[in-house]
Amino acid sequence: MQLRVNYFAWLRECAGCDSESVETAAATPAQLWTELDARHDFATERRHLRVAVNDAFASWDTPLAEGDRVVFIPPVSGGQA
Amino acid sequence: MKFEISNATIEVEPLRRALMSPGCGGYTAFEGWVRDHHQGRAVSGLHYEAYADLARAEGMQILAEAEERFGPVRLACVHRVGDLAVGDLAVWVGAAAPHRDEAFKACRYVIDELKQRLPIWKKEHYIEGESAWVDCERCRAAGHGRHDHDHAHGRHHGHSVKAGKTA
Repeated sequence: MQLRVNYFAWLRECAGCDSESVETAAATPAQLWTELDARHDFATERRHLRVAVNDAFASWDTPLAEGDRVVFIPPVSGGQA
Repeated sequence: MKFEISNATIEVEPLRRALMSPGCGGYTAFEGWVRDHHQGRAVSGLHYEAYADLARAEGMQILAEAEERFGPVRLACVHRVGDLAVGDLAVWVGAAAPHRDEAFKACRYVIDELKQRLPIWKKEHYIEGESAWVDCERCRAAGHGRHDHDHAHGRHHGHSVKAGKTA
């Protein structure tokens, strides 16, 4: 199936693009991450990230469907209180 | 309730006026400004990048939570994206309520939650010419800012670039 993946911040710089169309057999965001990490070598661990599917936070084992938009979310910049 | 991600200068006065209501006797606002230093390094400016669709949804959710917690509060928030200079207004939160206690509490709740939850990333440009993403564990591993955990970092990632170059 085909998915749309968007990248932000340093993940975007690693991937060298802000979005790409991915033809994949990955059934979940976790599997998709493994596949794309092998391709782009993001040099981070999945536990540092969150994931969104179709513009809503999702779990790493959410089933993916044709045309879904997946975004891997680096830690946000936050700030000291 | 109003929540916006904006790439234009935040004009506070119209936002403040829009919160006014005959039922509100107290108003407070928080302004976040670009600071000239971060963890001992001199900062010349910032770049904010947002996952805007999710940030808007999450921002509205936070405002709704504040209203649920603190009652009939009138709330608005604008967060900047793009390139900002030292002293620029980066985020504004306004809260108006029948009494001041709810206004203060709601305003504090909103800014604290925004900082933790909004998918917005900050890249700092340093006076000496480098740039780094804030709270990026790979930047830390590369020796920028705090380094609070071990992280293999065997190569240059291209996310620490010379000032003036944008990715």
